[in-house]
Amino acid sequence: MAEREDLVATKTIKLHFGPQHPSAHGLLHLIVELQGEKILNVETDIGYLHRGTEKLGENLLYHQFVPYTDRLDYLCAMSNNLAYVMAVEKLLDIEIPERTKYIRVIAAELSRIAGHLLCVGAWGMDLGAMSILLYAFRERELVLDVFEMLCGARMTLSYMSVGGVRYDFTEDCKEACLNLVKIMPERFDEYEKILTGNRVWLKRNKGVGVISAKDAIALGLGGPALRASGVRWDIRKHEPYLIYDRLDFIVPTGTNGDCFDRYAVRIEEMRQALRIIEQAVKEMPDGPFNVDDPQLAPPPHDATYDNMENLIHHFKYVSHGFKVPKGEVYVSVESPKGELGVYIVSDGSEKPYRIKLRMPTFMNLQSVNKMSKGGYLADIIATLSSLDPVFGECDK
Amino acid sequence: MAVEGNQSVSIKKLTERFGDGIIDSSVYRDEVTLLVDKGALVSICDFLKTDPAFRMDYLVDVIGVDYMPASPRFEVVYHLYSISKRHRIRLKVKIDESESIPTVTGIWPAADWPEREAYDMYGIIFDGHPNLKRIYMAPDWEGFPLRKDYPLRGYKDKYNPFGEEKEELL
Amino acid sequence: MEGFYPAGKSFGVTTQENPLGDAVLFTTLENIWDLLRDNTVMDKVRDNRVLRSLFNWGRASSLWPTSFGLACCALEMIATACSRYDTDRLGIVFRPSPRQSDVMVVAGTMTKKMAPIVKRVYDQMSEPRWVIAHGGCASCGGPYNTYAVVQGTHLVVPVDVYIPGCPPRPEALLFGFLQLMEKIKRESPFVLEQKKIKVK
Repeated sequence: MAEREDLVATKTIKLHFGPQHPSAHGLLHLIVELQGEKILNVETDIGYLHRGTEKLGENLLYHQFVPYTDRLDYLCAMSNNLAYVMAVEKLLDIEIPERTKYIRVIAAELSRIAGHLLCVGAWGMDLGAMSILLYAFRERELVLDVFEMLCGARMTLSYMSVGGVRYDFTEDCKEACLNLVKIMPERFDEYEKILTGNRVWLKRNKGVGVISAKDAIALGLGGPALRASGVRWDIRKHEPYLIYDRLDFIVPTGTNGDCFDRYAVRIEEMRQALRIIEQAVKEMPDGPFNVDDPQLAPPPHDATYDNMENLIHHFKYVSHGFKVPKGEVYVSVESPKGELGVYIVSDGSEKPYRIKLRMPTFMNLQSVNKMSKGGYLADIIATLSSLDPVFGECDK
Repeated sequence: MAVEGNQSVSIKKLTERFGDGIIDSSVYRDEVTLLVDKGALVSICDFLKTDPAFRMDYLVDVIGVDYMPASPRFEVVYHLYSISKRHRIRLKVKIDESESIPTVTGIWPAADWPEREAYDMYGIIFDGHPNLKRIYMAPDWEGFPLRKDYPLRGYKDKYNPFGEEKEELL
Repeated sequence: MEGFYPAGKSFGVTTQENPLGDAVLFTTLENIWDLLRDNTVMDKVRDNRVLRSLFNWGRASSLWPTSFGLACCALEMIATACSRYDTDRLGIVFRPSPRQSDVMVVAGTMTKKMAPIVKRVYDQMSEPRWVIAHGGCASCGGPYNTYAVVQGTHLVVPVDVYIPGCPPRPEALLFGFLQLMEKIKRESPFVLEQKKIKVK
């Protein structure tokens, strides 16, 4: 067979895995150089969803920028909110109440479950197992129901604000979260029953898209993809923020660095996220959910139009904003895709001077070439799905 | 941010070794920042990556900032992280509009795309970069969008009627 | 290749042996077809209310969109297609290729870099075709009035239904589809013939 290949193959072809493609997870343009079906080189062309978010941030007040952060990694909106809001709070050097920390952790972990569910669902659909998408979205709708109870929106939430969260965590939300914790593990068992031992799934994912730990670190890979290569790095454990140092959870790592390990790491991360949610819901203290500063927190929702002070307070909050001391700060959180960082340079006014968003997908996609070289064309789909690129955040 | 981790970043050791290469250093909200000279950048990065006390093997980001009308106009900021030691450091280099800065892709291949982004958004040229071309904007785009003198809404064309009028250069 | 298709025998393959004869045949067939299409009897048939509603009912009841999911609105579009807010019950089956679809749902922010590609996908769809602008960004640029975003899909392709929201709830997208169906039922299904547009 090898002789036949030498005789027949003469020219390489360049295939456009175009921006509009059902399996491209968004707007990814790959220029794939092929020799027959084997890949020689993959060139990535991004930027088809570049919307100018960073330049917009330089013209908006600090709290007006929060909805734009939602639309970056739109699968798991809370993590982006969290990173930005934590960066501004670090600049302002304020301490948020305990209850807020617990609420934020629950929101971030629910986002993690929603994001990973969609990753596994879309991955199944791309490789031909269409029903997994329907099952994953059935569970995702349950998580989005909890979000709707929390803040009224399903996907782009803008739930966190500088100094706290917008609405309180009510008893309904608590019951819904505990209900989720009860029913989800058996649903995850269902996915594992369908996928993990499945011969087709194993054949298409084991040994595909392999990257070693050394290469992964050198290329800036992060998140579950890096952990699947054996590197034990999770910002929640190494540089704990909010209350992660008080919670009990493990960080799964893989061994081979192939697509199957990335899938297994994600399933285990979802189970651990349920554990975190259960602990946080049970240990949540009572108290205020916003910091006690009138410049940062708006007046209570139902009492805004009652008296003059609240009206003026609301007016100044919306139109004036708050001044932030001069300086620069960088904060990163562990988003479902890797390290999500926000770098803010402030010049002392109420608008940021420079906001830079360090997005994990942007760095993760640099490794696609290394992972796909020498493989087949169909393996690109599995590799891309395992990296879970989201172009809202890659292209900002 | 873990305070113990960042205290292990010893600024004194770096200033002893590099002397003039490090122009300034500061610690703000427990983040270590070093203002570095352009010529010493690559050697400092190499030292930070290989020295056993630092082991900064993970390049987090390369960021461009525009401080118009100050001179030098641009600043390139490098964020580094050590996975084994769990500490971070920030390096800053000030360059002017017409200057170019050496690339660090030889030390961390992860710098490939962030440097392309800095070029696309600001026009900062990186010497020795394997593939310095636009990454976000279309290849025939004119201008560098994130500069302070570029309008937010861009210039008026058939896609965005709210842009500013382009002054034709005669 | 000569061994497979011996000269003189046609295995269902048209040969180039008598070009002049074939041209006369096809021109005659085209003239007969034009005569059958453009006469007063057929015009009366086309103006018939029952026939029009039959054609329109057929087109509206099985709208096959090509999913042009660009950004966050694509997630809500996929959620609408999944089990809770099923679109399949309305006959809406998402097709991956524009050649097999009737309607293009532009879901998400269209950037200037992506605009030529949207136009190219629209051109590949065959008539009759419609466009739904799903979400704030597709309708008018949304919250992004910047150097890189097209302020509305109508600047690139003609739009039939605009659905506001950021992102619109799945019920809103279903309502948008129902509005498009009502629009189709109001239209005349024989537009090319009525305007005497000859595709030569």
